[in-house]
Amino acid sequence: MNAALVRHVAISVGRVILLLAIAITLLAMLLLVTGHDVVPALHALVRGAFGSWYAITSATVVRMVPLALAGLAVSVAFRAGILNIGAEGQLLVGAAAATALSAPLYGLPSWIGIPTMLIGGAMAGGAWAAIAGALRLRFGVLEVISTIMLNFIAEYLTGWLVRGPLQEPTRINPQSVTLPSALQLPVLLPGTRFHAGVLVAVVVAIGVWWWLRNTASGFRVRAVGASPTAAESAGGISVPRTMFGAFLISGVLAGLAGSVEYTGITFALYENFSPGYGYTAIAVALLARLHPLGVLATALLFGALEAGANAMQRDAGVPSVVVSVVEALLILLVVAADRWRDARSGAAVGAAVGTAVGASTGAAAEAGT
Amino acid sequence: MITAPTGAPLLSLDGITHAFGRVLALDGASLQVRAGTVHALLGENGAGKTTLMRFVFGLLRADRGTIRLRGEPVVWRTPAEALTRGIGMVHQHFTLVPSMTVAENVALGGKGGFDPIHAANRVRDVAARAGLALDPDVRIQDLPVGAQQRCEIVKALARDVQLLILDEPTAILAPAESTELLRWLRTFADAGNAVVLITHKLRDALAVSDDITVLHRGRTVLTTHTRDTSESVIAAAMLGNAMLGKAMLGKAMLGGVTAVPEFTAAPQPGRNTEVVSGTPATGPVVLRAIRASVHDSDGILRLSDASIDVHAGEIVGIAAIEGAGQSALLRLLAGRVAPSSGTVDVPPQVGFVPEDRHRDALLLDAPLFENTALRGAGGRTGLMDWPSFRAQTDALLRRFDVRAPGSEATARTLSGGNQQKFVLGRELDASREAIVVENPSRGLDFVATNAVHTALRAARTAGMAVVVYSSDLDEVLALADRMYALHNGTLRPVAKDRDAVGQAMLRGESTMAAE
Repeated sequence: MNAALVRHVAISVGRVILLLAIAITLLAMLLLVTGHDVVPALHALVRGAFGSWYAITSATVVRMVPLALAGLAVSVAFRAGILNIGAEGQLLVGAAAATALSAPLYGLPSWIGIPTMLIGGAMAGGAWAAIAGALRLRFGVLEVISTIMLNFIAEYLTGWLVRGPLQEPTRINPQSVTLPSALQLPVLLPGTRFHAGVLVAVVVAIGVWWWLRNTASGFRVRAVGASPTAAESAGGISVPRTMFGAFLISGVLAGLAGSVEYTGITFALYENFSPGYGYTAIAVALLARLHPLGVLATALLFGALEAGANAMQRDAGVPSVVVSVVEALLILLVVAADRWRDARSGAAVGAAVGTAVGASTGAAAEAGT
Repeated sequence: MITAPTGAPLLSLDGITHAFGRVLALDGASLQVRAGTVHALLGENGAGKTTLMRFVFGLLRADRGTIRLRGEPVVWRTPAEALTRGIGMVHQHFTLVPSMTVAENVALGGKGGFDPIHAANRVRDVAARAGLALDPDVRIQDLPVGAQQRCEIVKALARDVQLLILDEPTAILAPAESTELLRWLRTFADAGNAVVLITHKLRDALAVSDDITVLHRGRTVLTTHTRDTSESVIAAAMLGNAMLGKAMLGKAMLGGVTAVPEFTAAPQPGRNTEVVSGTPATGPVVLRAIRASVHDSDGILRLSDASIDVHAGEIVGIAAIEGAGQSALLRLLAGRVAPSSGTVDVPPQVGFVPEDRHRDALLLDAPLFENTALRGAGGRTGLMDWPSFRAQTDALLRRFDVRAPGSEATARTLSGGNQQKFVLGRELDASREAIVVENPSRGLDFVATNAVHTALRAARTAGMAVVVYSSDLDEVLALADRMYALHNGTLRPVAKDRDAVGQAMLRGESTMAAE
């Protein structure tokens, strides 16, 4: 198992370096076309993402955490053949639940308070996903549609909560009270924002990888995703039960992304709590070819790109949306390459991913507006 | 009275040969259709009936052979060209747009603009002249299948079709509707048109047709006037039965058989019914169904009141034509579906080899050891013991002579024969008591087929209860100790005799006689 782990990590790292090179090349071309100065812009981007200890630990890695957890959520669902586009909504509901849970925890020790919020948020995310799961299994409602709809509901629900039940006592700002420091995830590297959520993301990624690979239930999820008919006929697997279980786990992971972000970075709930993490997570999962350890690497890549994009806008005056264009191009490139390779080998693995891309690019476009 | 068709036939096909990849679907088939007649085109599944007609309708181009319309050689590439020549086809699976009205469907593909009132009137006009009841303003999705079929026919008639090809039109109809359709076909032909009726229902053919052509394995084996032949002659021809054919030959010639090339052919080596040396039905009953019925997911009765015993140490063969209910029966015996009524008694683990191994048996992009682990995955808990599954897979590959690079190879990289040997081996490993196999040699070459048969016989010798269904009757006969025939969802035991089995699986309630 350890050898396998090392091999996967090595492959993932190699892949990310390649993707990074492609991304920077694409970005340089885009900057050239749009008439910006290429060198200063790229310099600002790289500096913003990796230029200093602070940039790495407080910008890049910090952005990686919600992307990785939500990306794992998407990976588990897609592995089971469920097109869960609802990580965004599940993440928001997870954050909202953690916020709601925080008030009664004031004064309690951290080791009780923090896990309660994290787990509560995760469970809320699972419950939110269960709505779409039940609609699918009970009434045949396509989860692509229902999860996108639930994203809107979660978004407006958050908006209402921060103006109503969860609003801070002065009732001036549409946001919740700031979390007391005893209930915040501990900062691991003093002077930075590098919080314990980074460890959570890494441990959960390894856990999901191990679960899919080595447990009977993880194997069932993979079998159902690979071929529901064979899983049922040859494996005697209950396809609806397995799919529902995977949907729940996916929701739990997305919910955890929300509660980790709340307890680790924002310390408050507000409107636009997530800058589309749940949608970018689809890209993160697809770029990692749905591999849990690969998700860590691609989340880091996206975290770096987004941290760099902010620096680029600030320091070189290049709109950060240019990076969004590069992200979209990367996804198209990788999916096209996968499909091309599958077509050559006659495999069908890319098919589900390809279908998912159709749905997720639509959702991402929606999120971008 | 034997009368050769006078003048040139309306449609004449000669020496039509066509291969799909390496499979020869048509091998010099011929067909003559006279104006004013209903021509029944008969044959088993895969005999080449539909392929031949797809060629006539411009959906396929044959590799070799000529097609003549009123004596003139013609070539066309598209259904549109065939339609302009007056040839229409009603497919087994309708080509209608469900969300559109009847009038819109009939107008589809026409030239010029679309005027809804004109289109509806045209449908009313054509339907009234043809004597078919059809409301032009109803959406297809709201119509019963019988009316959808009438819409397909009206669609063809609206293009002034004089030769109408129908592919298994009665398969989807209730008996009363079938009777009505067949009667209409008769009237249509009597008006000077021609009908080609593709079917494997003998009685429909005998009841309505003037001429009959029988295809077997891509060749025309019988062409005759319907009044000059009999059910048993046709059944023999459909089964390509050399022995029965010879016996019938004298009678058939007197009765006006004009071509019987296959009848005198030597029996094919290796396909003969072998004499059984085993001792059947000595062991205890392993699989048992008593008056069991099965409804499919759409609530349609697929198997009614089936009773069957399968003993340890015997191979029971199931003979049936496509859609007779074998899928339900096999899954019932394999414990994959529950009966809607009646009782079934099967062991908790029954091996099952489904006909579509890609869809129902394998995770194609997963390594073989995961495919081994798939068996029983539904009931497993805890951790997967991968080293043990790898070892199990290596043993399976050796024992069943599966040619694969190793247990890490993905299922997709194996040839069809090796995939089938792998699935069979896995299912034999899964149960010591019983195995159910469906079309076990589908898509396999001679060597692989033999290997599969050997494994099944070995399972019988080892005391397992084995159930075999194949669409190739000869394969079932070669393997089985005892036989059952399935017709229209009704299962009966039948003597292990080619003729008896053939008659039992082909003949059923005639839709004409059901009046």
